[in-house]
Amino acid sequence: MNYYQKEIECASLDTLKALQDERLVKQVNRVYNNVGYYRNLMQKAGVTPDDIKGTKDLYKLPFLSKADLRDAYPYGLLGTPLSECVRIHSTSGTTGKRVVAFYTQHDLDLWDDCCARAIVGAGGSREDICQVCYGYGLFTGGMGLNGGSHKLGCLTLPMSSGNTERQIQFMQDLKSTILGCTPSYAAYIGETLHEMGLTPDDISLKAGIFGAEPWTEEMRHQIEELLGIKAYDIYGLTELSGPGVSFECCEQSGMHVNEDHFIPEIINPETGEVLPEGEVGELVFTSITKEAFPLLRYRTRDLCVLHREKCSCGRTFIKMSKPKGRSDDMLIIKGVNVFPSQVEAVLIEQGYSSNYRIEIGREGNMDTFDVLVELNSSQVSDTVKGIKDSEKALAGAMKTMLGVVPKIHLVAPKSIERSEGKAVRVIDKRKLH
Amino acid sequence: MSIKQISVFLENRAGSMAEATALLADAKINLRALSIADTAEFGILRIVTDRTEEALKVLEDGGFAAAVNHVLAVEIEDKPGSLAKILKVLFDAGVGVEYTYAFTSIKANTAYMIFRVDDRSKAENVLKEANINVAGQEIFR
Ligand SMILES: [Zn+2]
Repeated sequence: MNYYQKEIECASLDTLKALQDERLVKQVNRVYNNVGYYRNLMQKAGVTPDDIKGTKDLYKLPFLSKADLRDAYPYGLLGTPLSECVRIHSTSGTTGKRVVAFYTQHDLDLWDDCCARAIVGAGGSREDICQVCYGYGLFTGGMGLNGGSHKLGCLTLPMSSGNTERQIQFMQDLKSTILGCTPSYAAYIGETLHEMGLTPDDISLKAGIFGAEPWTEEMRHQIEELLGIKAYDIYGLTELSGPGVSFECCEQSGMHVNEDHFIPEIINPETGEVLPEGEVGELVFTSITKEAFPLLRYRTRDLCVLHREKCSCGRTFIKMSKPKGRSDDMLIIKGVNVFPSQVEAVLIEQGYSSNYRIEIGREGNMDTFDVLVELNSSQVSDTVKGIKDSEKALAGAMKTMLGVVPKIHLVAPKSIERSEGKAVRVIDKRKLH
Repeated sequence: MSIKQISVFLENRAGSMAEATALLADAKINLRALSIADTAEFGILRIVTDRTEEALKVLEDGGFAAAVNHVLAVEIEDKPGSLAKILKVLFDAGVGVEYTYAFTSIKANTAYMIFRVDDRSKAENVLKEANINVAGQEIFR
């Protein structure tokens, strides 16, 4: 088994905790002294750096959210003088103002380490040839993987995305062994490979490191089949550095968080209360080594679960599940947490279209939970009973998945209203009162 | 022996049935028989035509969810008690009738009842034994 930085990746829990405590205390002091925006938040919360003696006190610190990043744009959260910064990266900014994150040279070095760990986690070494097809530029994907690949000592192909036939040409000619890109682009490369009349035997890829967008286990199997590789997940956010905050090992069962740099927490997104290990909630990160953009208790809005179990790979870092959805999307129906993505998963599994709408209301003190689903021809029955039976069966499958049973209404194709081409998935009438 | 019937899922709103039948009329497809089951939430339009596959395609292309199933077309003699006789035969054999509706074949100058039963082959056998004619798709030729 190989590691990039074995000593820390396989450290005992005591060693890791001691390192986190020391780094957290130092980081809180630095942020308090250098970041006026966060100092204000701490003062409002009545917390001083002296209150933070270690990770056990983390819960006392105020949260940072995407809204804070927008308020403080562009320099309000800088932890060092601008002259110390050597680079920026930025989110795509499809909603609201874009986020700009800053890096010192030290930040970049540590980020490279995190990505190098991910490449080794996927079975890579300095002998490998790493083809990076994430976009280069403001987006962190390209430069991040590129940095990790360099640092590890791989021959690095800085391809960026696009021109898929040329990508495959390079794979054949230069015998790339590791691919880094978004999962959807990996699937597209795989399909193109087969369209060109080639098979996985014509290329030398053995592993892929895929992230920057949500993907499913089904997609993993599809990509592994199309390209003849093992597909590994990688997680990160521009706000925290980029890819490499966590990464998958040979187990492919969740991502080890680089805990010497990022402390993860799971909170109840409604109350902010810290939840115990194993419970689903919103993922929060505190970066304890970042200099230029040191975010404390940053709410990612990703919902997932943390598990610290002995991993066969030997790493001791805690593992996070693939994000299950966004906390913004979470609904609480009859006291149960429900995500539209779960409803969608049941529909697909049961052979229904994913055109649906969730309607929540209240009768007396009880929530009502209705799901409208567009049926297709294969679900048409000639009897009313046939349709009602299908509705009941679907409601049963929903109950198994969600823990709460909806009333299903099968409706005609294209009858669910779309606004600007996008279907409105949730109508919560409780909020209208 | 059975004939093909198309079931069309209808939204419960004014005009949805008219839209479905207009699509067929535009494609010059003749409806030989039609019935509708209605609930507060949706409707099921059942139609019989001599051009089942074409009709199905026209409806699906028009955005409707529709499916084909098989039903019995039972010849009705033009005399009192003939429908009662059919129902008795089916009832005595323990065959359940889900719904029924009528249509006439101009070519054969005969009236038929469509029966949707819970056990089609049993129904066919007992009707045959009682000398009651069950028609097939040929009545449209
Ligand atoms: Zn592991």
